[in-house]
Amino acid sequence: MNAGWLCGAELNGKKFSAMEIVQLLIYGIVLGSIITLGAIGLSLIYGIIRFANFAHGDMMMAGAYIALFFVVTVGLPMFVAFPLAMAGGALLAVTIDQLLYRRLRRTSPVILLISSFGVALVLRSLIQLIWGPSIHVYEQGIKLPIRFWGLGIKPDQLYILGGSVALVAALHLFLKYTRIGKAMRALSDNSALAQASGIDTERVIIWTWVIGASLTAAAGIFLAIDTQLHPVMGWRLLLPLFAAAILGGIGKPYGAIAGGMAIGIAQEMSTLVITPAYKPAVAFALMVIILLVRPAGLLGGGTK
Amino acid sequence: MIELVGIPSILVYFVTFAGIFGLLTLGLNLQWGSTGLFNIGIAGFFAVGAYASAILTTDASESYLGGAGLPFIVGMVGAMLVSGVVALIIGLITLRLRADYLAISTIGIAEILRLVLKNEGWLTNGVRGIAGIDKPWADLLGAGWAQIVFLAVVLTALGLVYVAFERAHRSPWGRVLRAIRENEATAQASGKNVVRFRMEAFVLGSMIMGLAGGLYAHFFGFISPEAFEPELATFLIWVMLIAGGSGNNRGAILGAFVVWMIWSGTELLTNRLPADMATQAGALRLLLIGVLLQVILLTRPEGILGGRKRRRQPAPTPDD
Repeated sequence: MNAGWLCGAELNGKKFSAMEIVQLLIYGIVLGSIITLGAIGLSLIYGIIRFANFAHGDMMMAGAYIALFFVVTVGLPMFVAFPLAMAGGALLAVTIDQLLYRRLRRTSPVILLISSFGVALVLRSLIQLIWGPSIHVYEQGIKLPIRFWGLGIKPDQLYILGGSVALVAALHLFLKYTRIGKAMRALSDNSALAQASGIDTERVIIWTWVIGASLTAAAGIFLAIDTQLHPVMGWRLLLPLFAAAILGGIGKPYGAIAGGMAIGIAQEMSTLVITPAYKPAVAFALMVIILLVRPAGLLGGGTK
Repeated sequence: MIELVGIPSILVYFVTFAGIFGLLTLGLNLQWGSTGLFNIGIAGFFAVGAYASAILTTDASESYLGGAGLPFIVGMVGAMLVSGVVALIIGLITLRLRADYLAISTIGIAEILRLVLKNEGWLTNGVRGIAGIDKPWADLLGAGWAQIVFLAVVLTALGLVYVAFERAHRSPWGRVLRAIRENEATAQASGKNVVRFRMEAFVLGSMIMGLAGGLYAHFFGFISPEAFEPELATFLIWVMLIAGGSGNNRGAILGAFVVWMIWSGTELLTNRLPADMATQAGALRLLLIGVLLQVILLTRPEGILGGRKRRRQPAPTPDD
């Protein structure tokens, strides 16, 4: 049925169908940049702390709600609230790490995993207690998309794209040129060697949370700008986040960029052939295929 | 005929539900406690069992598949078989993966199963759910006795599964599972087909979860996708197993009863909330249980009854 519809659209007006595909591609790139920011954090934390953070989606959601606090409750403009919410997200992550994960790190990584699963629920129910189970937005009102060549892009989506590119560039400079950034890469590549050369692991772990969680908070705010705020918005994105991180080779932050884009575009484009309700299944299917065919990720040739 | 009211009615309700949770926890204990398989898709298998039994046993219907009107026992067997088949398919794809990848895969599968329940109306009646799932011999016994008989059915199932799992635990089969949990490479080196043993534990555990789902459907008489959100159907089971002591079947059942008591107790607490806070009761209860889990993990990670000795070894690197 769906395939027939696709063929029909191509027969009746190839131009319309092509435009639709480009439009979906644009939505895919916007979603992809949101997923990328989240997946980078997930991948960094996995690479350095050896920990699959199941609370990552909900940390995204918490970041979006912290921004809501600054924008709606305090009344700040978004460009001020944005960095404040990133800092808030980082502070939240470091607090959780020091309270719980630091004490559990010495046990098996699976105990950490269970703990983070619990943290996800605690965050979600806390946010729901404060802001309620219903939907929120940063600003009321409908913004009309800018139209060109028959395509529509909302100004917000341009901000999301620009903001993501800027943040990824900043991360690149940080990892490449700062002392802490180099230590993070060293610990991720070979933790025994890094520790032997005198890197203060606990300090690097705290910095990893700061960087990872602030990017994740930014991803949450972008997601909320693109859609709206809801307590399960982050949990619903956990699967795409993991899929993106695994696709790019988990532990490799640069791979997460390729993975995030691939998952975002694939999810949006999939609506051409399947009902949108099954969009999350697309991320999952890609993840399973990658795990079976190339467990080291698309970009991961050798694991060293 | 008798009508159950007041304290006895609450007690029957409480113990029946705890028994169903006990079955779920035993199933998880076989997978995680004995074999080290990290399943966070419990809600999925629970739902599959519930829907399988509902479709097999309800009267014919226009709005969803089935209404075969078959007896209760066929529903239970069907629930176990369908869950087992689903687990087999999932296992073939994911059981070779590492613990954290297996975990994220099971989340994905539970999520997809939930989407199917919600969107495939021809099969499951979608969000409207399936109603009129009878307790066994309900019209023969009357409401009161049917509840008591059903409680007996649940406790019998729990007892049978417990005895079977205890015997399995002590058997050579159980020893191999524990060997795989402790050190997969050694088990492999001594000639054990690791993937096959893990598959057996995964399928068997999931079948018990499916049985619990089938019992749940008949207990409530109505199921809809909402009942199988991961917050309750997955998270609570994990808290139960960890609280009771993973690796220990008695601990699993004890954990189910104790945590179910705490969970029900928090309802008494949230009932006292002012009316404008009442909508938030669910969130508050989840918050309390989430905090409880963290406290257990920090202070008594081996659970009430202990059981498995915890490995204290450095975290493996992603490279190996």
